[in-house]
This record gives sequence, structure tokens and C-alpha cells, in this order.
Amino acid sequence: MTEFDIRDNIDAFLAANKYEVDEEHAHIELVDEPSDDEFDKLIRVCPGALYKRDETGKRTFDYAGCLECGTCRIACGETIVQRWENPQPSMGVEYRYG
Amino acid sequence: MADFDAIVVGAGCAGSVAAYELASAGKSVLMVERGNYAGAKNMTGGRIYSHSLKKVFPNFEQEAPLERRVVTERVSLMSPDANLTIGFRSDEMLKEGQDSYTVLRGPFDQWLASKAEEAGAEAIYGIAVESLLKDGSGKVTGVRAAEDEISAEVVILCDGVNSLLTAEAVGFKTPEPHTMAVGIKQVIELPSAVVTDRILAVSDDEGAAWLFAGDATHGHIGGGFMYTNRDSISLGIVATISDLMANSSTPIYQMLEDLKRHPSVAPLIRGGKVVEHSGHMVPEGGFDMMPDMVGDGVLLAGESAMMCVNLGYQVRGMDYAIAAGQMAGIEAAKALDNGNTSKAGLMGYQQALEDSFVLKDLRQFRRFPHFMESTSRIFNEYPALARDVMNEMFVCDGTPVKPLRKSVMPLVKQVGLLNIVKDVRGGVSAL
Ligand SMILES: Cc1cc2nc3c(=O)[nH]c(=O)nc-3n(C[C@H](O)[C@H](O)[C@H](O)COP(=O)(O)OP(=O)(O)OC[C@H]3O[C@@H](n4cnc5c(N)ncnc54)[C@H](O)[C@@H]3O)c2cc1C
Ligand code: SF4
Repeated sequence: MTEFDIRDNIDAFLAANKYEVDEEHAHIELVDEPSDDEFDKLIRVCPGALYKRDETGKRTFDYAGCLECGTCRIACGETIVQRWENPQPSMGVEYRYG
Repeated sequence: MADFDAIVVGAGCAGSVAAYELASAGKSVLMVERGNYAGAKNMTGGRIYSHSLKKVFPNFEQEAPLERRVVTERVSLMSPDANLTIGFRSDEMLKEGQDSYTVLRGPFDQWLASKAEEAGAEAIYGIAVESLLKDGSGKVTGVRAAEDEISAEVVILCDGVNSLLTAEAVGFKTPEPHTMAVGIKQVIELPSAVVTDRILAVSDDEGAAWLFAGDATHGHIGGGFMYTNRDSISLGIVATISDLMANSSTPIYQMLEDLKRHPSVAPLIRGGKVVEHSGHMVPEGGFDMMPDMVGDGVLLAGESAMMCVNLGYQVRGMDYAIAAGQMAGIEAAKALDNGNTSKAGLMGYQQALEDSFVLKDLRQFRRFPHFMESTSRIFNEYPALARDVMNEMFVCDGTPVKPLRKSVMPLVKQVGLLNIVKDVRGGVSAL
């Protein structure tokens, strides 16, 4: 497990984005027991900071804030990212600026 | 009879232009876009070099929602505690067809899609194509979207860098992490007069482009970018996925927050408000990672075919996508006229790409991705060297001065004169 240098929380920036969140269906799914090494890769590369580990070591992934870049699919598509789909019709992020 | 002559998947730069050309040639076209409007899922740096857009829309300067015309280029070697910047402006880069404009994809893509629709293309928004239809021989005959099946004589995949369809279409394998970069960006709102003043421009139509190597990515392969829009600044980072994911102790979003605080960036965005935070990938593997661009009943244009060049001081993808979209539209229309949309019938597209700057450039820069990957000094030692040399020149503390040669040579020796010579030669031959 890597000790990360994380000093900022970017949730407020994601909150500025427009989303249609699909509460029923997660368009990205991880395997049941993802390895720490693979999970660390996703902490490093996800531009939305959606892969997190808290002080107690608990890991979370929140697909609702997904920016739909596909980076986790490229980084870990053969390891712990089990499924990466486009969100359901009309769902997901909606860039107004882009 | 198929439902449409052509189906275009994706209403980005390549897709809307391909649909525009097909509709202008009198073909029935359906454009399927997964965003609720064109641009809703798209992000770029960005600045668009105008030459290929001008070929499709000669009056785009009057019509398109452009942000600012780029009149200054800046490139920086950034270390944590210093920054060396080269600034450049020239009359050449302002000439018609040689100029470039900053854009925001939300408004820009909607305009581009409206041109296709005005020309007669039909568009559906908010629905992703899930898979392709094929006949017994394997020829692509249409698409499946939201449980509907729609057929066409030819399908043009313009679904971008994260295409989930090119595997099915032409057997393209998911790209390796060392051939792809992740991009992160914030749009930071500021009054237009403030943006203009901060880049030392004379009007709100003038803009700046600025690229950073070194500390922007904390020494990892990649760089930072800044483009000025009319009343906002686009600030972001691009980093090669393999290098970033291997061992960086700083996640990419933290790197962006650090870039925002760097003393040479902070004054530019001071008082600004983040109105959007986005992410998108950039293909970086160049020519050697490109898939087949023609299959039976199917063409690939733009980043679905990995058409992008990132040289560190120049990022290009939109002008390639527009040119490729135009060629795909024109050549697909010809194939339809000939009644032959088999792979052989569509090969005119391949030839057109070969004859154009698109494939010529990608071939020319073929060795560049490898050069960048193997030259980590650009992101670490050189920014530090630049800082130390500049400190020798500009810092004055009253101690007796040494001849510049004596103070600079030891710094150069730290990096290794041979390494520098090797890197310069490597860089020059890769370009
Ligand atoms: C951070 C960053 C900075 C960049 N800077 C620059 C720059 O300064 N200058 C430059 O020229 N280029 C730049 N680029 C590259 C440029 O943005 C791309 O090359 C360009 O957008 C590619 O255009 P495209 O039409 O191929 O794909 P896109 O513009 O990505 O369009 C693809 C479209 O397909 C849609 N789509 C995808 N899948 C489906 C599906 N299954 N069904 C329906 N629709 C679908 C998407 O929603 C999207 O609208 C940058 C890229 C990034 C990420
Ligand atoms: S697609 Fe991009 S933003 Fe979404 S979870 Fe994966 S890496 Fe994060």
C-alpha cells in the first residue's frame, strides 16, 4: 500500500459539474476483493478522485461522480475493473464547458 | 434496403463533419450521440488549428462559437520552486489558415452538429450505440442502440478515444497504458477583461496557449496546459497512464491542485471560480498503435483510430479529426454511389488519408512517443538545470561573481553533457 501525498479534497469541484446520476445501475464495477496494488493505481490515475482509501484503510469507489474518461478501464481493465460500460441512456456527466 | 445510407457513431469533431459531408452529398445519414447534446461528453485542452475546419466551413470565423484567437505561445520548464518560460508571438501564426483558436467543446460541438443537421443529417442524442450489426460474412450492416436495430450501408465510427466498438469493428485491442494518457482539466471563470489583462493582450479576442513540462506532473511523463477562453481559463494536466499508475505518490488531481498554487500559475487564476472539473484520455502511442481504419462496411475517423499527436509543445487531435471526418464522409459517399461499401469499396478513404497530412504527420512523428517515454530527464533534470542556470544569472547577493562558464559547467556536468547531447539528438531525429 502506498502512502499517498493527498492534501486536497476535490468534491466541491465535482459538485460544480452537472450529472444525471443513475441510482439503479453502476456502469463501472470492480471485482469483489481488488488487490491493494491495483487499487492504488486507480487512486493515482482517476481524475475524479473516485477511488479512495480512508484513514482506517477502508476503500471506496463512487461511480456517481464519474467523468467517463475510461482511464480506469485502460489502467486496470484486465485486473480489477471488471466492467466498464457507457452509462444508461441520458445518464452520467454532462459537460457544459468541455 | 437499409434504413439509412450511413450511420455515424458520435457527434464530436470527426462525426459531425462526416455526417455533414454525407448529407451534403445527398445521402440519408443518422448520427447517434451518447451525450444529451453534442459535446456533453467531450473535453479538450484546447485549441483548434483552423486549417482543416476552414476547408469544411470557409466562414467558420463568423459562425463558430470560438473563444479567443491564440496570439501568444508560452512553453515552460517548471520546477517546484522556479519556472523558466519561453514566450513567442509572430505574424505568421496569425495568418488565415495558420491561426488557431481556443474552444470549449460544449458550445463548439453543438455548433458543428447543427451544421450536419442543417445539411440534412438526422441526429439522436442521449443514446449510446451498444454494438454493431453484422451479416453472415462479417460485414457491418448497422448498429444496436437502446434495444433498437438500425441498418445502414456503411457505418462510420467517430466514437473517440474510449471507443468500445472498434474491437468489434476491426479487431482493435484495448490500448496499453503506455500508449494512453489521462487528461484532467478545470474551467476557471474570470471576467473577460481580467483574462485579457493577465495575459497582456489588447482585446478580449486575443488569447494565449501555455504548456508546462516538469513539476506540473511532479516529474512524471506528461505536462500541464493552460488556454484562455473568453471569460474563463482552461487549466489542466496530461500524464501517461503507465508511468503515473506505476509509482506516483501524488494522484493526478492533487497534481492539478499543486499546479494551481505554483507561483507562476496562481496569479493567472487568482479570484477565479472553478465551474467545471473534467477528465478525458489522449492517445499517445502514435502511428504504431493505430487500428485498421477501414473494414467491411465500416470506417474509423478521429480518435477512435487514435489520430492524435502530443509533442509536449503542441497537442493536435481536433484538426486531424475534422480532416479525417471530412475524408470519411466524402469517400463513403463515393462508395455509396458505386454501390460497393465492402472493405475494398471503401479503400478510397485509406488512400485519401495516406495522401493527406493526417497519416503523413502520424508517420513523421512515429518515433516521438518512444523518445518521450525514454527521456525522463525532460521532466526532472532539465527543469532543475534551467532553474539553477537562471539562478546563476539573475540572483545577486554581493559575493564575488564567478565567470558564468565556471558556475554553469558544474551544473551541466551533474546532468551529464553526453546525456544532453544524446537527448537533443534523439529529440531532433524523432521530430
Ligand atoms: C486534456 C486534453 C487536451 C487536448 N488538447 C488538444 C488541443 O489543444 N488541440 C487539439 O487539436 N486536440 C487536443 N486534444 C485532442 C482532441 O480533443 C481530440 O483529438 C478530439 O476531440 C478527437 O475528436 P473525435 O471526433 O475523434 O472524438 P470526440 O471529440 O471524443 O468525439 C467522440 C464522440 O463520440 C461519442 N460516443 C462515444 N461512444 C459512443 C457510442 N457508443 N455511441 C454514441 N456516441 C458515442 C462521444 O460522446 C463523443 O461525442 C486534447 C485532448 C485532451 C483529453
Ligand atoms: S472513467 Fe475516469 S473518472 Fe470514471 S472512474 Fe474511471 S478513471 Fe475515474
